[in-house]
Amino acid sequence: MDEFDRLEQVSDVEWVLAPYDHMIVPGRIYADRETIEQLRREEGDGAQWSAIRQVKHVASMPGIVSAALALPDVHPGYGFPIGGVGAFGIDDGVAVVGGVGFDINCGVRLLRTPLQRSEVAPDIDRIGEDLFRTVPAGLGAGGSLRLSIREIDRVLEEGATYVVREGFGVADDLEFTEEGGRMSGADPDAVSSLAKQREFQQVGTLGSGNHYLELQYVEHVLDAAAAAAYGLSEGQVVVAVHTGSRALGHQIGQDYLKELGAACTRYAIAIPDQEMVCAPIKSPEGQRYLAAIAGGANGAFANRQMIAHLVRVSLTRTCGLDPSAVRTVYDIGHNNAKVEEHEIDGEVRQVLVHRKGATRAFGPGRPETPAAYRSVGHPIFVGGTMGTASYVMRGTELGMKKTFGSGIHGAGRALSRKKAAKKFWGEDVVSALRKAGIRIFAHDPRGVAEEAPGAYKDVERVVGAAQTAGLNHAVARLRPMAVIKG
Amino acid sequence: MGFTYLDHTADIAVRAWGGTVGEAFAEAARALIGAMVSLEWVRPMTSRAFALRGSSLELLLVDWLAALVAEKDVSGLVFSRFDVEIEEDGTEVALRASAWGEPLDRDRHEPRAEVKGISLLGLRVRVDGGTWFAEYVADV
Repeated sequence: MDEFDRLEQVSDVEWVLAPYDHMIVPGRIYADRETIEQLRREEGDGAQWSAIRQVKHVASMPGIVSAALALPDVHPGYGFPIGGVGAFGIDDGVAVVGGVGFDINCGVRLLRTPLQRSEVAPDIDRIGEDLFRTVPAGLGAGGSLRLSIREIDRVLEEGATYVVREGFGVADDLEFTEEGGRMSGADPDAVSSLAKQREFQQVGTLGSGNHYLELQYVEHVLDAAAAAAYGLSEGQVVVAVHTGSRALGHQIGQDYLKELGAACTRYAIAIPDQEMVCAPIKSPEGQRYLAAIAGGANGAFANRQMIAHLVRVSLTRTCGLDPSAVRTVYDIGHNNAKVEEHEIDGEVRQVLVHRKGATRAFGPGRPETPAAYRSVGHPIFVGGTMGTASYVMRGTELGMKKTFGSGIHGAGRALSRKKAAKKFWGEDVVSALRKAGIRIFAHDPRGVAEEAPGAYKDVERVVGAAQTAGLNHAVARLRPMAVIKG
Repeated sequence: MGFTYLDHTADIAVRAWGGTVGEAFAEAARALIGAMVSLEWVRPMTSRAFALRGSSLELLLVDWLAALVAEKDVSGLVFSRFDVEIEEDGTEVALRASAWGEPLDRDRHEPRAEVKGISLLGLRVRVDGGTWFAEYVADV
């Protein structure tokens, strides 16, 4: 009997994997039947990995609390599945490299503008082209901010606060960035000099792959109170920036796969999969890893802050906006491990929550949420595909209870890059989207084919499942107008 | 000697092979660079030497490929030709390699995916019927 046969469906969008083998807690998967069927089919295709088996692996790790969770955008990852959440007791739990991954604190910043779709649409080619020229993207594109190793140490320690202090930001950017744009506990000495050397010209670069910058408009408001709190209204033009910690985070991830591999042997921790290398949270190795990823997370906050600055520069030039008119709605990551307080079995406890391809999504009332959003919960951003919609959602009270306040992050791939590149042709994708009113600006046409809308799952289904399960609540639907890719 | 990209949902999976383990590692490196740029346009103008040690061939393969990914950011170089020798050294394995290439040129090299890291998933170095195979997955 494999993992799929053991899954018990408890509602339209919730499945439970009861403990067996080495599992300490159950696995709990929030997804519709089609998603589960697709995961099963992929495994039948001879895929090397299974998202449900990865949930089982997470449920087998020392100190795991309540359940190993997967959200509606679940698909196979390295170690944890994408869309995977695991909380661990501070005293008896572990910090897992595969619970964070290579792209530490990859995330989305949403900027709102005072512009209306009707003003921007006639001029979209010029506005999109200028954004494309202003924001460095793709392999080998260097950023305009080149840093010395000493300055990189400050980025590691201070995150977006350093970039804002250097003059690349407006007053309330930090207030509306998760953690105030600065994770505490970062230690530059926990980060290798190679990671720092690789970073020196990468602050303010978008990268490639599924990273993007999109000029979008608010198509529908679905939750008036929350949209009002976030400053969003129908027809309004917004800019979404999806990128992460660049080479800095990538190298930290690579370095600690090795370091915590050695720690696992030292502490005699049996791991179900090589990517689940880990160390006890309270051990020197575990603390060092958390100090390193806090630095990597700060690199990502700094990167998105710098890109927000470049977006302002471009929109000032093309639309005559004052830079301060482009405001941060929120900036939130979706690959991280953080110490948080949660109510577990009627008791408030500190736990280390790993979210891999999953965002924090706190409901109303949490002190971590900006005061302006505290009554409705903070926003989360669900990336769609180039041709479809993206969503702004918010955290819920039920989500706090069921998923440690976690949310979905995107549609998730349906086709491999190889299959997508065979099936789609970059130029065709660009011209089809152009007819639909969406302009694509990309450095790599093959990359466009790999990221074609047909290569992804339907974002509506993923959003629908999160909403039906009560984990996250839809606030607004966004439509792309111009897409910048690496 | 050669390499092929296997089908994989999110990332790049590689099978490389050669008559010696060194050749398989050289082909694994060509597959890695070939995922990032068009290999045929990378001229062997300048060289870099690498010396690495590992506790197993698999972990040595990860370190070797990760070193090439890092080199692209540190010196800006991408490579197209590799000469790799691998020897057992006590309980460890040691790699000595030369790589020939040139600085990444966005206009000429047709840049593609940026590799974030080399995963431990599906990692395998094996010999089968006298041919060495090196298999890995790169996260992009």
